[in-house]
Amino acid sequence: MSFTEDQITRYSRHILLPEVGGKGQKKLSQAKVFVVGAGGLGCPVAYYLGAAGIGTIGLIDSDVVDLSNLQRQVLHHTPDVGRPKAISAKEKIQALNPDVQVNTYEERLTAKNARELISQYDVVIDGVDNFPAKFLINDACYMENKPLVHGGILRFEGRVMTIVPNESACYRCIFKNPPPPGVVPTCQEAGIIGVVAGIIGTIQATEAVKLILKIGQPLTNRLLDFDARTTAFREIRVKRNPSCTLCGPNASITELIDYDEPEACAL
Amino acid sequence: MELTINGKVENLEVSTVMDVLKAKDIDPQLVAVEVNTEMIDQENLGTTSLKENDKLEFLFFMGGGA
Ligand SMILES: [Zn+2]
Repeated sequence: MSFTEDQITRYSRHILLPEVGGKGQKKLSQAKVFVVGAGGLGCPVAYYLGAAGIGTIGLIDSDVVDLSNLQRQVLHHTPDVGRPKAISAKEKIQALNPDVQVNTYEERLTAKNARELISQYDVVIDGVDNFPAKFLINDACYMENKPLVHGGILRFEGRVMTIVPNESACYRCIFKNPPPPGVVPTCQEAGIIGVVAGIIGTIQATEAVKLILKIGQPLTNRLLDFDARTTAFREIRVKRNPSCTLCGPNASITELIDYDEPEACAL
Repeated sequence: MELTINGKVENLEVSTVMDVLKAKDIDPQLVAVEVNTEMIDQENLGTTSLKENDKLEFLFFMGGGA
């Protein structure tokens, strides 16, 4: 596959970079990224990946756009209120860059469909808003051996970590199990500064691009925590946990688990 | 003893990780604890002794995304 003149112009600022070049841009155009959630994190991730010329973006979200989403979910516009998020997001990505193939799934990620969906992609982005889904994505990516870029946001804070199965610490190496339902507030209950979603989402997109291009050092074995109040990042070193129930030598989790899901917070 | 907790030096009268959680009124269910970059299993929080200048990281759940 070769680029048209327009494509060479569109991606010229990438191609200029010695670490990317035409070869790297080609890798991006052949890459497939699965974005779970088309909300606060999923929107900036998918928007930048679309602009970057990622060949295929998979978007899964079962929600419709709510007026209260628009403060941060930047792919959804006022006329989209009431429309499916996956469709709304796809339209904006393709308006920005018609080169991108966007696959939409208007459903929830579950223990039944997760592995099958994830197996079709090269990199997975966690843009979900609840713990059962975060654990499900972590487990499914480990089982399908797909790199995952985890993200979380709450109030003024955010967190990112890249997970390369069998090479770096997974989410369960740190957090064994989801917290009991109801004890950790959601964005819906506790609020979120909209732009924090943009900061964390764009770091997730950066990680995905690096993983595809195989450049630099991925954010593996490091939790990156951001606090908007002080505009400070803190990096916490982590490592694979020998007692991890998913990726440790005595792992006990061999199948995906649908934890009791609290009402999806339609943020 | 002097401990570094989430990057800040603090002086606390404690002997185990659980003592620190109690002193700070932190529910052990809501936090993952690392001592000198080793994750401490939930069931060992009360038996993990601390010494001068240990570095603790309390990692709280952060579940939002949408
Ligand atoms: Zn693990």
